Amino acid sequence: MTSAPGTVVVRGGTVVDATGTRRADVLVADGVVAAVKEGLEVPAGATVLDAADCLVSPGLVDLHAHLRQPGAEEAECVETGSRAAALGGYTAVVAMPNTDPPIDSASVATEVLALGEAALCRVAVAGAITVGRAGTRLAPMAELAALGVRLFTDDGAGVQDAGVMRRALEYARGLGVTLGQHCEVDALAAGGHMHEGARSSRLGVPGIPAEAEELMVARDIALARMTGGRVHFLHLSTARSLAMVAAAKAEGLAVTAEVTPHHLTFTDERLTGYDALFKVNPPLRTDEDVAALRAGCAAGQVDAVATDHAPHPPEAKDAPLAEAPPGMLGLETALAATLAALGPAPGAGMRIEDVLALLSWRPAAVAGLDAAHGGDQGGPVAPGMAANLCVLDPALAWEVDPARLASRSRNTPWAGSKLTGRARHTILRGEPVVFDGAAQR
Amino acid sequence: MSAGPLAELSATPAPSAPARAGTAGPSPAPTPPRGLAGARHLLSMADLDAGGIEEVLRVADHLGEVVHRSIPRVQALRGRTVVSLFAEESTRTRMSFETAARRMSADVLTFNAATSSVKKGESLRDTVETVAAMGVDAFVVRHPAAGAPALVSRWVDAHVVNAGDGWHEHPTQALLDCYTIRQVRAEADGVPLPSAGVGCFAGLRVGIVGDVRHSRVARSLVLALGTLGAQVTLIAPGTLLPPSPAGWPVAAVSSDLDPVLPELDVVYLLRLQLERGTGEYLPSAREYTAGFGLTARRAACLRPGAVIMHAGPMNRGVEIAAEVADAAGSAVLRQVTNGVAVRMAVLYLLLTGEEALGADELGRSLGVAGA
Repeated sequence: MTSAPGTVVVRGGTVVDATGTRRADVLVADGVVAAVKEGLEVPAGATVLDAADCLVSPGLVDLHAHLRQPGAEEAECVETGSRAAALGGYTAVVAMPNTDPPIDSASVATEVLALGEAALCRVAVAGAITVGRAGTRLAPMAELAALGVRLFTDDGAGVQDAGVMRRALEYARGLGVTLGQHCEVDALAAGGHMHEGARSSRLGVPGIPAEAEELMVARDIALARMTGGRVHFLHLSTARSLAMVAAAKAEGLAVTAEVTPHHLTFTDERLTGYDALFKVNPPLRTDEDVAALRAGCAAGQVDAVATDHAPHPPEAKDAPLAEAPPGMLGLETALAATLAALGPAPGAGMRIEDVLALLSWRPAAVAGLDAAHGGDQGGPVAPGMAANLCVLDPALAWEVDPARLASRSRNTPWAGSKLTGRARHTILRGEPVVFDGAAQR
Repeated sequence: MSAGPLAELSATPAPSAPARAGTAGPSPAPTPPRGLAGARHLLSMADLDAGGIEEVLRVADHLGEVVHRSIPRVQALRGRTVVSLFAEESTRTRMSFETAARRMSADVLTFNAATSSVKKGESLRDTVETVAAMGVDAFVVRHPAAGAPALVSRWVDAHVVNAGDGWHEHPTQALLDCYTIRQVRAEADGVPLPSAGVGCFAGLRVGIVGDVRHSRVARSLVLALGTLGAQVTLIAPGTLLPPSPAGWPVAAVSSDLDPVLPELDVVYLLRLQLERGTGEYLPSAREYTAGFGLTARRAACLRPGAVIMHAGPMNRGVEIAAEVADAAGSAVLRQVTNGVAVRMAVLYLLLTGEEALGADELGRSLGVAGA
């Protein structure tokens, strides 16, 4: 067999990207899309990826993944997290900076970026806004921006001090970077383990009120208006947060917002058995909030669905709510969960291409990883573009077996769930890193 | 708050509508009997319906008699092992449970997690599984985190009794409180206790006063009294009310004690954690006492025969005046006494399971044994 390294044909699928939907085969050579048209001839020695009944999309882009390296490698590392991402259809993730040490210096950012070189997806890093994520002194944003960092956040904590956030936005504006905010006012949220409401009151669990998030959303919208800086709201969880962001967008402010698959799906009802798998920050909220987040996605008010993939080792979650850390896995289940929440009925009724926009090209733009920002993510699937692709079967039914996840941790809220829709092949810079649902390295 | 009119409000099944005392109508087919005999655990008062509560109280009537014997011990749990696993100090509750178990000849192991391996970093699960491996029939669990007993119940095969978890529940306290109310009412009505049902709770006006927000006692008591058909009013400053009492079986919520007080058949005072009165929840303990303390002046406004209760330990001079605590209407010491009998009943019913004798049968059995 003659070998034509780097030549791949994705055959028989329907190509979906920001430019539209069409039946086409895709020829990939040397890491780049070479041709997109129906009935392509397969060059001798090319690898053929069957895409019958599948959609061929730009690879998914996650704005919010905790890869835990450095510092918590017992929970996850760049390699295992990137493998989970690739299996989930992602070709890029933004690694959150709440590592140990945090990504608040060029040296740590460089370390994580170097680990990402060998990963199964592109690993971009977010830098911390403040030194040590302590909320007081500005991190060296220019030094980090010079390494390509485009998104900064103290995620895991919100920047509590309005004065610090103002200065950070003013500084960031000059660098052309975006600040991601974990919206949570500690004065209202500290000590809470679940959404504050009727259920937390009944269960005797200290609550985190919706207002803890909403106050910071309101504050940062005001600061975005004041400074002209760009704010990206991480993992919004309440109806009123989203309404404020929609109003800010209508006003023309430079704000974007993401929601997570779990906030689009679950409510605080999941905590009634005190199962710490469902402890997450921000907390799972109410039916009304879930409905509002779904409606906000359908109405175009949300820019991205992001996983907030947060691995924790089993022993950490096998504990009372008050002792367990918040967070849940997401990379391997996000596509199916999002399709279920937002796609055709019984979801929010969105077209599948609009759901993919929230998982791929719109987050790519928020992260500055898209072609418009000189990046290689988010498509479109067109000749000359980088071959970062996800071939997904929207009808494939599968059951989530925690033991078979690629993540080093097992804390998936979907354990035992039957989901529909899964990445079949994932192509990273022309290389099929996932083939027929199996990671190739 | 964004908690709107949710259809499925309560964590555990909502307390059943007040059952009419004495009528044991057929329950809906899929609902299992909600009593303790044959049950695995007592985690929440929502685990018991009115019949289940009555069963515990009536079994306690008979087991309580044991206390008055020259040798206050029966063989009911001989050969069984009960572990009291206290991850939070509570000498009173622990002693009450351990006394109850010993009076029925159970072996008692005391695991004081506050001073043992848990302090060395062992997880609760490892601790519990290690103890369970020694061969244990029941765990009595006190823990500072809500839900810990529910987790323990999933990790071991033994029975689990919630002896207080965080702000969540303290079901045996609610049961002993119900026992005490029923006892006082029966005496007032001249009814011999073993034949008293739970009819006395229908329409009974109970005020629960104080730190409801942080009180496991209040949560269990509200459920129990709701199940039994009492009319409960929660009375507290706004900071000490739960964020949302939606779905709680209470008739009213108030921040003004004085107008409510003359209407009450039972006034139940919750302990004020004194650190709450340092400016965060309350301007001062003094201001709390001025508004919500059961002073002698306020006690004089109570109806004749009204019962004064407190889960203890009391802050005399804060939530209750010393002379009120010691007055004729105070049932505080009865609560302590009854705690042992009620905990005997809970352990007996759970541990003997389907073989548990009914209250009447048990009475005859103990009568013979004691003869």
